[in-house]
Amino acid sequence: MDLITMDDLTNEEAISLLDDAERLLPIARGDVHLPLLEGKVLANLFFENSTRTRLSFETAMKRLGGEVLNLSEVGSSVKKGETLYDTMQMIDGYADVAVIRHPRQGAAQYAADAVQIPIMNAGDGAGNHPTQTLLDLFTIRHGQGKIDGLNVVLVGDLRYGRTVHSLSHALGRFGASLTLVSPEPLKMPPEIVKDLKSSGCHVEESEDLAPAISSADVVYMTRIQRERFPDEAEYEKVAGIYTLKAEDLRSVQSDMMIMHPLPRVNEIHPSIDSTDHAWYFKQAFNGVPTRMALLCRSLGIQIPEAIV
Amino acid sequence: MSEMRRVSAICNGTVIDHIPSGSAVQVMRMLHIDGSHSNPISLVMNVPSGKVGRKDVLKIEDRELSQEELDRLALIAPSASIAIIRNYGVAEKRQIELGSELVNIARCSFFNCITQNPNEPLPHRLQVVSQDPLEIRCAYCGRAQSLAEIIESLI
Repeated sequence: MDLITMDDLTNEEAISLLDDAERLLPIARGDVHLPLLEGKVLANLFFENSTRTRLSFETAMKRLGGEVLNLSEVGSSVKKGETLYDTMQMIDGYADVAVIRHPRQGAAQYAADAVQIPIMNAGDGAGNHPTQTLLDLFTIRHGQGKIDGLNVVLVGDLRYGRTVHSLSHALGRFGASLTLVSPEPLKMPPEIVKDLKSSGCHVEESEDLAPAISSADVVYMTRIQRERFPDEAEYEKVAGIYTLKAEDLRSVQSDMMIMHPLPRVNEIHPSIDSTDHAWYFKQAFNGVPTRMALLCRSLGIQIPEAIV
Repeated sequence: MSEMRRVSAICNGTVIDHIPSGSAVQVMRMLHIDGSHSNPISLVMNVPSGKVGRKDVLKIEDRELSQEELDRLALIAPSASIAIIRNYGVAEKRQIELGSELVNIARCSFFNCITQNPNEPLPHRLQVVSQDPLEIRCAYCGRAQSLAEIIESLI
């Protein structure tokens, strides 16, 4: 099973993966040792920087008794001009499953077409990031008790932010009402808005954060990504445009969740960290059980009903 | 005046009729006919037509276009009629059809798509998401491609 975009999973499959992740929590926390993936090798192919995604995939594999190969552009033949196709031919022989992050959009689908082993997209340019979406859904279910019919505000860089591309798609399928808050130059790509609307999702677009958060179940903040701007001056115009501080949360719902794929720059003030609204660090941990569930699924490994 | 009097009948080859007015040059590009090293070509543009108002017609002598070549035309001339001519007579009429995917017909036009690296060997694949209205996206990066962009990026 490849996971390139959320289109590769039905709603039922996504829910079933979240249930698997729930059962795997004791292993993810290190409380139980169960080497379900012993003898299996994961190739972590990061052609672009990553902290949480790479490390949580590595932790997920190791907690399940598997091995991890790490490739980065530095020190590999990629720097010598090797094509992605050729690199993937090697990986096909060295690993049982591969995770790929690449600066070019479409790279994960391309890699999947080039090999036999299952491929998971860990971010392709400004494209998709579906494994992040699964951990986001897992986190939302923990905070709200459900993932369907929620009122979700997506904030910041919706144009280049691949996490919100995949997440909005999934939330739309689960009947969310979405408010897309971004400055004009960073609006959600029109083909994504079109897809959301044609799937029956209620979508509103706005440049103003304050009025959107009062009735929100989830406020999903994102970083304005300096590295995706062709021009520094364009970046400076929109950097720091949306910030949340504890004092901004006086009129929000008591169970409103603030999420962020991290790293944050100044979108969420540290004064929020100690409030019940702060979910972003739990969210980062949730990458481990959800990626465990994905690894087991892609390798065809059954997860025991009860893990104690 | 009919187009038959503007250019003479051909003995053998392919006639592409009912091309949308003004599109015949694009049709030639799609068929890799550049006019300099090809068979004799007759090109008629903007002639009145009872069926479509005005139309273009292209006659290619001594070359029978394959179905695969003709299917490329579905992008810009979906209602064109095709006749294969042998010995001054219509030997075959062919329909053109836009399939679900265009393989190695045009490159994705998005500057950051993985397929922009000319050394990457896998085929260029554009998916036809919808025929009416026409909506085409790159099978790899998912970006929507306008017809003008596809014509600019023909292989």
